[in-house]
Amino acid sequence: MSKLSLIVKREYITRVRKKSFIIGTLLAPVGLLVYFLVIFGLTKYSSGDELKVAVLDEGGMVQQLPDDRGVRYIPAGGKTLEQLRTAAEEGTYDGILRIPALGNFQKKEHTVFYYSDKKLAPEKRDAIEDRITDKIRDFKIDSLKLDPKTLDMLNTDIAIDPEKLTEAGEDESRYTAGVGLAIGGIMAFIMFFMVMMYGQMVMRSVMEEKTNRIVEVMMSSVRPFDLMLGKILGAGAVGLTQVVAWIVLSGAVTMLMPFLIDIDPAAMQQSMPDPGTAAAIDPEEAQSTGLRIMNELSKQNWPLIAGAFIIFFLGGYFIYASMFAAIGSAMGDDYGEGQALVLPITIPIILAFYIVAFVGVRNPDSGLMVFASMFPLFSPIVMPFRMAFSPPWWQVALSLALVIAAAFFFVWLAGRIYRVGILLYGKKVTLKEISKWMFYQ
Amino acid sequence: MILSVQNVVKRYDKYTAVDHVSIDVQRGSVFGLLGPNGAGKTSLIRMITTITGPDEGTIYLDGEKLHDRSPEKIGYMPEERGLYKKMKVGEQLLYLAQLKGLSEAQARKQINHWLTKFEITDWWDKKIEDLSKGMQQKIQFIATIVHQPKLLILDEPFTGLDPINTNLIKDEIRQLNEAGTSIIFSTHRMEQVEEMCDHIVLINHGKNVLYGEVQSIKNEYKQNLFRIQTETPLPEGFASNHTIVEQNSHSVTVRLPDDSHSNRLLQELLQLGVRITRFEEILPTFNEIFIRRVEETAGDQ
Repeated sequence: MSKLSLIVKREYITRVRKKSFIIGTLLAPVGLLVYFLVIFGLTKYSSGDELKVAVLDEGGMVQQLPDDRGVRYIPAGGKTLEQLRTAAEEGTYDGILRIPALGNFQKKEHTVFYYSDKKLAPEKRDAIEDRITDKIRDFKIDSLKLDPKTLDMLNTDIAIDPEKLTEAGEDESRYTAGVGLAIGGIMAFIMFFMVMMYGQMVMRSVMEEKTNRIVEVMMSSVRPFDLMLGKILGAGAVGLTQVVAWIVLSGAVTMLMPFLIDIDPAAMQQSMPDPGTAAAIDPEEAQSTGLRIMNELSKQNWPLIAGAFIIFFLGGYFIYASMFAAIGSAMGDDYGEGQALVLPITIPIILAFYIVAFVGVRNPDSGLMVFASMFPLFSPIVMPFRMAFSPPWWQVALSLALVIAAAFFFVWLAGRIYRVGILLYGKKVTLKEISKWMFYQ
Repeated sequence: MILSVQNVVKRYDKYTAVDHVSIDVQRGSVFGLLGPNGAGKTSLIRMITTITGPDEGTIYLDGEKLHDRSPEKIGYMPEERGLYKKMKVGEQLLYLAQLKGLSEAQARKQINHWLTKFEITDWWDKKIEDLSKGMQQKIQFIATIVHQPKLLILDEPFTGLDPINTNLIKDEIRQLNEAGTSIIFSTHRMEQVEEMCDHIVLINHGKNVLYGEVQSIKNEYKQNLFRIQTETPLPEGFASNHTIVEQNSHSVTVRLPDDSHSNRLLQELLQLGVRITRFEEILPTFNEIFIRRVEETAGDQ
């Protein structure tokens, strides 16, 4: 077995066997499940107590209001405000809603009053406001003798459907952008996370060798470059193992989800537009949302995206892991002291992520995004995001070529720093000094 | 010749760590590499072990110019030494042995041989961090010699060892040497040099300041000092004829002129009728030679 493969094997096996790795790998999907359950639970949660509200309808506009979203409306039934107040103090009601007469129909704003010593939760306030707004609208329609059906025809839901000028261009629907954002965002996030996590793992591993004082023993057996590369490859393999395990486990968890959460299929249908009315307009629109998203997903060039993702992942990983290795070699035993050296590496990663989060989301093809998707320190995170929006092929090709070239360059550069730093003890190193090492013979 | 270092120079930034050093290490010898801290010993060793390369000069190991596989013939125990703390003894030794070019089977065989020899076969599955410092040093020693190197380089091998383990390792070094392994022994503890080495080089400020066979260096640096111990006090006249270095009631240390001989002194004493209980030449200790040479060369700078 070659020395490099021996090193990779050791790095891989010692890491994969660690309890923290096994626990992390197994627990992350469980954590994800718990997270989903909690989110699901929170969205379903509404303060269970029913709010009893006496409705004093001074203008006679609302009549009986149906109970809605935890609010029970009780008509005043001829009682005066004073009588209602006394009743509320005795606990019959939680509060009193006084709706003054509208007076002028021109009025666009109208204030209703809520009497209570208890604070009205924003959730309940919204429910009451919505309810009263609807009722007053109905009252106005009724009073003005308008035809509700005619009025309904005034409402049109507008959505832009992008169509290509040229015949060859692929047709896009209004879902394209959303689906692209989701795919691109997920890819950018995975990149960011993996590069940070496994890059730092390489750094710690390099530091560990220095603090254990085994470096010189190793150096008398293997070339420093082999040791560094072995670490980068080993940790990368650990990262891939973890991701694959997560994908498999998350798949299993997702399959289990419907059994754990009681999702009402009818409720899901509600949010979808009625297919019947849309059919006449555009056959593309004549599908349910779910189908359309599926349709968009299938339109993406998956083999290209997956292939490019892997190359960008490897490129980004090699660039950053080798920088982390170089910095790790320069650091002493004190991790805290080395933080200043780590910062120049983490800044570009975070910056790339911010560019995606704040610029890319609004306009994936803006000038800054095109630049960031070419620049090798950013492109591993930015380009996969843009990939979901079918950028010009030459941009993808150029970006790939640049990231591969940069990966080789950074590994080479890190090797030059590493071989000097790794044998240095008991010295606090500055960035300026490290940059000098690159030119040592 | 197992090792030949020829006119080697190593520069770091502006200062020269090793400045035109040449040494030859005979096959089967124990060679002492001496020098004060920061003299350039470690820089020289790092070049021999191919950790770094010389800026000038050439190093030959076992008749060949140093190359990629040269480290497999060398066993190196650096002063800054350690092991992977989380690894088990067995797998750690297997790993290090394989990195030195042994196959897994060969490595296993050698490791078992040494664990048996040190009566620690039950340590195979113990983690390094669970071992005491002394125990770790034993493992470190095995890791250094497991691939049966032709040249063994030990940098301060006994630091951190208790007397029992020191003797144990010393014995092993001696046995390896008898079996034909050449040894370079880097230290600044001079009593060990006299005890173990047959050749030495003394390096100061990167330069070779003293080089040769231990016995001939001692002879070269002797100052013709003789200590005489007598039963009766020496007569008054004796002192006036000789250069007395030190005198007590029953003993005296005399420096003889270079052209004189100890027999003449003895004859003189016998004629004086003194009863001699002891007569010996005082050879300089390596400590003295070391300090003298270092001070002399410091003046050159």
